[in-house]
Amino acid sequence: MGEKGEVKLIGAWPSPFVLRARVALNLKSVDYEFLQETLGNKSELLLRSNPVYKKVPVLLHHDQPICESLIIVQYIDEVWPGPAILPKDPSERALARFWAAYVDDKVFPAMQGMMKAQGQEEEKSVIDQLLGGLQLLEGALREVGKGKRFFGGDEIGYIDIALGSMLGWMRVTERFSELKLFDAEKTPLLVQWADSFTSAEAVKGVMPETDKLVEFAKILLARFKSQA
Amino acid sequence: MAEEEAVRVLGFLPSPFALRVEWALNFKGINYEYKDEDIHNKSPELLKYNPVHKKIPILLHGSKPVVESLVIMEYIEETWPQSPILSKDPYERAMSRFWAKYGEDKCIPALFGFFTKQGEEELVESLKTLEKGLNGKKFFAGETIGFTDIALGWIPVWLKISQEILGENLINEQTHPLFYAWSRDFLDHPVIKEKLPPYDMLLAQCQAVHDRLLASSKP
Repeated sequence: MGEKGEVKLIGAWPSPFVLRARVALNLKSVDYEFLQETLGNKSELLLRSNPVYKKVPVLLHHDQPICESLIIVQYIDEVWPGPAILPKDPSERALARFWAAYVDDKVFPAMQGMMKAQGQEEEKSVIDQLLGGLQLLEGALREVGKGKRFFGGDEIGYIDIALGSMLGWMRVTERFSELKLFDAEKTPLLVQWADSFTSAEAVKGVMPETDKLVEFAKILLARFKSQA
Repeated sequence: MAEEEAVRVLGFLPSPFALRVEWALNFKGINYEYKDEDIHNKSPELLKYNPVHKKIPILLHGSKPVVESLVIMEYIEETWPQSPILSKDPYERAMSRFWAKYGEDKCIPALFGFFTKQGEEELVESLKTLEKGLNGKKFFAGETIGFTDIALGWIPVWLKISQEILGENLINEQTHPLFYAWSRDFLDHPVIKEKLPPYDMLLAQCQAVHDRLLASSKP
């Protein structure tokens, strides 16, 4: 659906935010050209398309740029027909937006914090925030998903995309910290959900492999430490 | 009909986030009951309806709570389509959301940083960038106010108060002419003018916050 030339996505394979856009496009069966950015060498096109943030992802539709991953996902939902990413009912939509914002405001920063934490006390504080956040999301899955596989019900929805895109980096965090983020006892629904999301048709071709992310994380960490 | 169920807003008088919600409701002509919360002594109702963040504003539509001011604004737009605050065009909608988010993520922390004397450059820069969102229009939404305008319209108010308290004139008509013109036009809009907290009250409260911050930062 859609001529290949008219939809482009500027991205980078390790980025969870780029993954959100890719999953959304896949859910709608949109043909697009993926323009891979190189770390440390931003393309002219990226700088021109996102002068404010100079970051990926950027969706180019008829050469018009749309930036910020959740804004891109909403745009994709509004432009292309196919399975609805956001639910129809306004209060359900509000709940979906609430939990997606929660992932960005609380979960992702805590994950970043774990990579950058200096000292045990700081690390403990971010770990608590991260585990607490996941506990809340477990409850949200129960309430919003109503016993189905995804937050969106039988199919992947907005919250699934927002949180699911973080799974690769969550697995990286688990490897680096020897911490279990998803626990069969404490977050049983999320454990199952993680499997469902990773193996979903719209996701499996574009979710980066954890091993590759671990290698990439090592490069990033080395850079971060050398700049500190 | 869902749209006809009672609407309540739990807010806190100087909160800019609650203001956004009231502006949006007023712009669409929706009747609501306002309840002022004491954020230092949170009511059981507040804690019940926003257990995750325990913050205002909270919109109660019938018995359903909606929280987070930008999420509330989207809800209001979807539930009451009259006097739209978002365009029907998906690209324009994306732009409105983008600039609202930019103001939220960059201008607000920058304003707070300026107020707490941590730096001026972020404020100067972020407001300059925000001007680009206007793109030659009177308001972010075009000829009349919309989503982004309502989301960011309190910045001029707080900026004016901050500059008065600090005795500064960092941002003005010469340095940021487009922002200045937009501020003036926004605050002049009849719906906005009618729902602005009294200036003296805001000034006194911000002065108190400022003095408290100064006192706590002394060695």
